Amino acid sequence: MEIPNAAPDLRSAWHMEPLISRSRGSIQPTRRLSIAIQVSLYTIAAFLSACSQSPTSDSKKPPANKLFAGETIEFVIPYKEGGGSDTWARFNAAFLSRHLPGNPVVVVRNIPGGGSIKGANLYAQRAKPNGLMILGTSGSTQMPYLLDDPRVRYDYADWQVIAAYPTGGVVYCSPSLGVSKIEDLKKELPKRLIFASQGPTSLDIVPMLAFDLLGLDVKTVFGFRGRSAGRLAFERGEVPIDYQTSAGYLKNVVPLVREGSAIPLWSWGVLDAAGTLTRDPSFPDLPHFGEVYQSLLGKETQGIAWESWLALMAAGFGGMKLLVTPIETPEPILQAYRDAFLAMREDPEYIERKEKAIGRYKQEVGTKAESIFKLATRISADEKRWVKAWLRDRYDLNIQ
Amino acid sequence: MLDAILQSLNDLLTLNHVAHLVMGVLLGLVIGIFPGLGGIAGLSMLLPFLYGMDTASALATLIGLVAVIPTSATFTSILMGIPGSSSSQATVLDGFPLAKKGQASRALGAAFMSSLFGGLFGALILTFFVQIARPVILVFGSAELFMLAIFGLTMVGSLSGRSLAKGIFSCGLGMLIGAIGSAPATGEFRLIFGIDYLYDGIPLVVVALGIFALPEIADLLRKDGSISQKSDLGTGLQQGFRDVMKHRWLALRCSGLGTLIGAIPGMGGSVVDWIAYGHGVQSTRDKSKFGKGDIRGVIAPESANNAKEGGALVPTLLFGIPGSGSMAIFLGGMVLIGIEAGPSMVTTELNLTYIVIWSLAIANLLGAGMALFLARPMAKLTSIRFSLLAPFMIMVISFAAYQATRDMMDLWMLLLCGILGMLMRRFGWSRPSFLIGFVLSQQAESYLNMAVQFYGWEMFLRPGVIAIIIVSTLSLYLSRKGVVDEHAEQTSEWQPNEASIRAQKWFALFLVSVAGISIFEAFRQSFLGGVFPLAIAFAILPSGFWILWNLWRDERKNPIVFDAEARIGSLPNQSSVFEGALWIAGLFTASSLIGFLPATALFFISILAIKARVSRLKNATLTASGLGFLLVFAHFLNLDYPMGILLEPLLE
Repeated sequence: MEIPNAAPDLRSAWHMEPLISRSRGSIQPTRRLSIAIQVSLYTIAAFLSACSQSPTSDSKKPPANKLFAGETIEFVIPYKEGGGSDTWARFNAAFLSRHLPGNPVVVVRNIPGGGSIKGANLYAQRAKPNGLMILGTSGSTQMPYLLDDPRVRYDYADWQVIAAYPTGGVVYCSPSLGVSKIEDLKKELPKRLIFASQGPTSLDIVPMLAFDLLGLDVKTVFGFRGRSAGRLAFERGEVPIDYQTSAGYLKNVVPLVREGSAIPLWSWGVLDAAGTLTRDPSFPDLPHFGEVYQSLLGKETQGIAWESWLALMAAGFGGMKLLVTPIETPEPILQAYRDAFLAMREDPEYIERKEKAIGRYKQEVGTKAESIFKLATRISADEKRWVKAWLRDRYDLNIQ
Repeated sequence: MLDAILQSLNDLLTLNHVAHLVMGVLLGLVIGIFPGLGGIAGLSMLLPFLYGMDTASALATLIGLVAVIPTSATFTSILMGIPGSSSSQATVLDGFPLAKKGQASRALGAAFMSSLFGGLFGALILTFFVQIARPVILVFGSAELFMLAIFGLTMVGSLSGRSLAKGIFSCGLGMLIGAIGSAPATGEFRLIFGIDYLYDGIPLVVVALGIFALPEIADLLRKDGSISQKSDLGTGLQQGFRDVMKHRWLALRCSGLGTLIGAIPGMGGSVVDWIAYGHGVQSTRDKSKFGKGDIRGVIAPESANNAKEGGALVPTLLFGIPGSGSMAIFLGGMVLIGIEAGPSMVTTELNLTYIVIWSLAIANLLGAGMALFLARPMAKLTSIRFSLLAPFMIMVISFAAYQATRDMMDLWMLLLCGILGMLMRRFGWSRPSFLIGFVLSQQAESYLNMAVQFYGWEMFLRPGVIAIIIVSTLSLYLSRKGVVDEHAEQTSEWQPNEASIRAQKWFALFLVSVAGISIFEAFRQSFLGGVFPLAIAFAILPSGFWILWNLWRDERKNPIVFDAEARIGSLPNQSSVFEGALWIAGLFTASSLIGFLPATALFFISILAIKARVSRLKNATLTASGLGFLLVFAHFLNLDYPMGILLEPLLE
């Protein structure tokens, strides 16, 4: 179809060339192009969905209950595509879709910004208690909340937990320090300890406070983007001490340990239901931080400093990933989600892929998830005051 | 090793895998054509489909997509002056003037040949380098990375235009704008003026589109011609091939540069094209044509940006450290399909690595081939009357900017940067220098902070640092031997005009006061948080004052005095400079009131009726296809457009 050309514009009467070119070039290429693009996008999508056996497409036993039939669930992730939270969400989204009644479509919506504050704020403002919009928070969503960051406009008291995925972390050091067991840290070290940190109110507050509690003289350098940047600085020999979360440790540090260029020191440990620290089942041979604290300092794990550290560690690692929904969400919806998570655990594909995709720990639901949630989102007024004072004295950081 | 290489080729060359690769390439080409929709958008569109694919197919799809984005991003850079991706910014400088001269086909031909060359080169290097890359990458510590940032900044020397003082000031200004957000050394927020949006800094996409694309659009809109001044587009493709053959050593050197810079984690893909372009200028004896449409200005960045992807795969695969935004998603995709990046990629998983490399090579071949096939019809876009093209271009760049953080503020910031870009263009302040400063600001600051804390003064004794210092000095020397003038196409003969001088003074005063405000703000930060912007601001103030003094002295032959609007025989019946900006401001105001989609519809209808004066039928068809584009992408990218404060309550 040839579209008639427009009448010449008076204002452009002095333009001779464009008028000529106008009569030559027709509008068709643009439209043809845009149609071609739309068609090819759909073709590609159709092809891809045909090739990939998405878990949604072959639901095995359609549950009798069709609670979410025909619905789309938005899984809000306040981080960019490709990060740890995103991967965790995408992995779970596929299985939620398979195991939730009615097999809803579950889409991951990334709303990054302000280190997850933007997405969480937006969720707090928009989510309705109907189970159709769920939020995956992470340690760095909890930290600014606990420390009263002025940008935070969400409140964990308005939310309840569906599932929780805890993680751990391992501190390791360079062999150049001459440290082979924990007690060696008390000796004079051949070089100064430097720690590469993402920032004072990030997840890295947990190791920073831990080093201080042990009385280690550690200089902290900020500005690293992501834990992997810190690991790279370690591998370059710029920092002699570092930590990684469990997944990062297993993938990238264990090979270094094997070749003798890294020495594991301790793990953060995991919290049991009562809130006491125990050894991390992923690293049963490594002492947890409480053991290190006791053996190096010779005192019990108690007191305000210790409790504050424990609160931060619970927020950052114990409740590494929390799947939450508004507190008013009715019980049948919550139950459907819990059942879906329980059903996932039996799913052979889930069993096969889970460890590689998200890690070794168990995704908790029910009372276990609730106790993790509680520990990860509460800090006493005293502890909060103590942490703020520590940040001010140690890092010159003022939080109102 | 040879076994592994051939075995993985054998694995890849099954119908199923090749089909996946082709699909990845097709998606990459389509996505890449749209500015701002780089690898990040493409890969996130793919992520939901990755489940259930076998490993080799999934890798082939992902790589296919990533590899060809720099190839097809070239289309908008050359044809419309819109930087198609963060690594095709420099292509605009010479590619777009070529398109304006009616040599779009030639530029595209040269660009795709260079892309092919660079992409294959990157894959080749990767094949052999990947085995020994670990120690090489570990050589680049924070001190070396800081010096590399400085090396990047020396390119300002060749991109300053006719006034070095203005170029330096523009670069510093870019660095100050780049310093907005959290201070790397302390995490405190600076220069945010209480605006939430600024906490994360201004996104590069928004700045690049604002600074480069918006001024061009505004300029073309008021002239109401077509982009190409010639109606005969000719058959330039072969000419483009010959150009690449003629400058094959340049293409080779830039491919090498691209691979190397891509492979260094922390350099980021957005400086590759600038460094390659700068190198292209420095290594050329006759620099007078750069900025006016020198084909070497296309070959250099285009061979580098495809080579970069090969390099960027090294840290991604070996260390699990993504070198760029799209590599971060690629890494996420790898995790989803159950591949663990790390040292094992060159030992037990070596065949996977070679599947990646083969995919990269084949994807580049396919991508360049398909892009060449599209080049002629796409080049015709430059002959369409601009007022018909303008609504689409404005829509596409708004859409692209909105992709940055999906916030209405993205659009306002785009407009703000656009106005800044228009004024910089008009008054001869180097926009490439500004962008280089912006891109390298964060990097320079955080690596400087790290290097000082890790090494102190000893950092300057490190062999790597010394080597980079030597290279930088050489680069600085070469770059001032003849300069690129991005304002060259604006004729240098101009009429002395009081109003123009006054406008220049006001704009210069405004820019200098930005530096002043930064100083004031920096003093309110802690020492480590404020020292970098403080140092930059103090460093550029002398050139700022020099410029002001020269403007007041009013010596009109001085290169500092410049106004593109005040040339002799300036076209009297052109509409106002700000008409384009007003149209865009109108679109955004309407968006924030009634929502982006209805506002776009209104915008299309009115601009087509008022500027293009098309028939109602045609108007409706064009508007519908514009909206169709937005809806299709909203669907695929799972995107909400701004709702508008008037309509939002109704939809609750």
